[in-house]
Amino acid sequence: MSPNYVAKRLVMIVYTLFIVSLIVFAITQVLPADAAVMMLGENATQEALAALRENMGLNAPVWQQYASWLGHVLRGDLGTSLRTGQPVGPVMLEALGRSLLLAFLSIGLMLVLAIPLGIIAAVRRGKIADMIVSLISYAGVALPEFVTATVAVLVFADLMKWLPPTGYVPLTENFTSGIAHLVLPVCVISVILIAHVSRMVRSELVDVLHTDYIRAARLKGISRGTVLRRHALRNALLPTITIVALDVGYLLGGVIVVEEIFAIPGIGRQLIVAIQARDLPAIQAGVLIMAATYSIVNFIADILYAWLDKRIQYD
Amino acid sequence: MTDFVKRLLRTPQGAIGVFLVLLVLVVVLLGPMLAPYDPETLSPLARYKGPSPAYWLGTDQYGRDIFSRLLIGARATVVMAVLATIAGTLIGAFIGTTSAFLGGRADELIMRTIDAVMSIPSLLFALLVVNLLGSSTVNALIAVAIAFAPGMARITRSVALSVRKQDYVNAAVARGESSGYIILREMLPNVIAPIIVEMTIRVSFAVMLFATLSFLGLGAQPPAAEWGLMVSEARRYMHLSAGILIWPSVAIAIVAVGFNLLGDGLRDALNPRT
Repeated sequence: MSPNYVAKRLVMIVYTLFIVSLIVFAITQVLPADAAVMMLGENATQEALAALRENMGLNAPVWQQYASWLGHVLRGDLGTSLRTGQPVGPVMLEALGRSLLLAFLSIGLMLVLAIPLGIIAAVRRGKIADMIVSLISYAGVALPEFVTATVAVLVFADLMKWLPPTGYVPLTENFTSGIAHLVLPVCVISVILIAHVSRMVRSELVDVLHTDYIRAARLKGISRGTVLRRHALRNALLPTITIVALDVGYLLGGVIVVEEIFAIPGIGRQLIVAIQARDLPAIQAGVLIMAATYSIVNFIADILYAWLDKRIQYD
Repeated sequence: MTDFVKRLLRTPQGAIGVFLVLLVLVVVLLGPMLAPYDPETLSPLARYKGPSPAYWLGTDQYGRDIFSRLLIGARATVVMAVLATIAGTLIGAFIGTTSAFLGGRADELIMRTIDAVMSIPSLLFALLVVNLLGSSTVNALIAVAIAFAPGMARITRSVALSVRKQDYVNAAVARGESSGYIILREMLPNVIAPIIVEMTIRVSFAVMLFATLSFLGLGAQPPAAEWGLMVSEARRYMHLSAGILIWPSVAIAIVAVGFNLLGDGLRDALNPRT
C-alpha cells in the first residue's frame, strides 16, 4: 500500500464532501419557504423581512450564498439553528456520538452472529443448516426496521416487561439502565445487517472452497478444519470488510428510523426534527456530517483491506 | 423461453418467488373487486374484532375490515414501488452504460460523483426530497427513483465494462457508429439480464422505503389504506388487538420476500454455471 494510494483516497473524501455540499445546498434552494419568513413568522412586517434578508445575505446571487456558506463550514462554523438559535455543529456532533454508540454496538452484534452463520451455511451447503440460515436471512430482509421495532416493543417491553420500551439513558449516568435501553434498538438495527452479511459471507466462502488452491491443500492431506481456518477463511472474510463498510449507508438510514421510534436523541432524530421544522442550517449540517461519517468509514475500510491483502497494489 | 421458465421454476427460490409475485400481481389487479367491504367505512360497533367468517382478518381501531384495506392498499404500496424502481433503474442503467462506454477520465469523474451521492443514505435522501417538494405520492416516487439511481449506475457500469471489451462493440466502433447508437443498441441490450435481477430485488427495498416514508408521516396520508401507514396507525392500538399491526406487516413481508426470492431465482436461471 503506497502513500500515493492513501493520498488518492483522501482526495476522494474531499471530492465526496464537495459534491454532498452542492447537493445539500441545491436541495435547500428549491425549498418553497423563505428562511426570513421562517425566522420572523408569518406576521412579520415587510421592512423587517427585507432587513433580515439583507442581513442573512439572501439577496446575493445563489453562487455567492453557496461560497459564503462553504467558507463558514470550512472554518468549522456549520451555522445557527433557525428553530433553537443554537449553533448546529456542536449539537449535531453530540447527537452523532450517541448514534455512533448505537451503530458500533449493532455492527459488533452483527459480526458476532453473521460470520459464524455464513460459515456454517457455506460448509454445510445444501444441508439443513444451510436452509435454516437462508430462512433467517430472508426473514431479516422481509421486514422494514419500523415493523421489527414496533413488534419488538410490543413483545419484549409491553407484554413480557423484560426491557424498557423507549428512551435513552447515558451510560455514564447509569450503566445498567443505559444498556437495557440500548438492547432493543441494537437488535432491531442488526437484523437486516445480519441477513445481508451472512449471505455475503456464505457466497464468498462457497466460491473460495471451489478454488484450485483449496483442492490442492486438501489433496496434500491437510484436514478440512485446518484448510478452512488457514486458507479459506482468510480469503473469504476479506471482502466482508468492504461489504460491512458499504452497509454503513443502510445502517445510518436504519438509525434514523430506530432513533425516532425508541426516542434516542441521536443524529437521526435531530435530522427528522430539523426536516419537519424545515430548519435549513440543521438539515445541511446533519446531512454533511452523515455523509462525512460514511466516507470516513469507507476510507478506513479500504485502507484496512489494502493493508490486510498484500496482493492489492494500488498506485 | 420455455426452457428458461423451467429452469426458474426448478429452484425452490424461483418457484416460491414466482408464486408470491403472481399472488401480489393478482391482488394489485383485482384487489378492489375482491374486497368484501369499503376500506374507509367506519363501523364503531365492530372495532377490534378478531378473525371471523364475516371479517377474515378482523377489524381495526375504527371497525374497518383489515382484509379489504390490505387488498386495496396493495396498489398504493406495490405499484409505486415497482414504478420507482423502474425509473431509478432506467436512469442508473443509462448513466452506468455511458460511463463504461466513455471510459478514462470521464468514467472516473462520473463514478466518483456517483460514490459521493451514495454517501447520503437513501432513506435520508428520500426524506429530504419528499419534505422539501411536499409530501405527495408523485414526489415520493421521484425521491425513491433518485435514491436508487446511483446504486444501479454502479452495478450497470461493472457489467457494461465487460461488455465494452466484446468484439461486437469494437466492430461497431470500427464501423463508425455514433456513441449514442453503440450505447443504446449494442451495449444496453447485453447488460439487461443482471440489471433485471438487481431490479427485482430492489423492488422489495422500494416497498420498505415507501412504507417507511408513510410511517414517518411523509408518504400516504390517512385514511389511505397504504400498508406502512396502517402499521404506523396500529402502533397506538396494538395493545387492544395485535392483528391491526400484524396483518399489514405480513403483507409487506410477503411482497419483500416474494421479490427477493424471484430475484435470486432469476439470477440462478440466468447463470446456469452456479
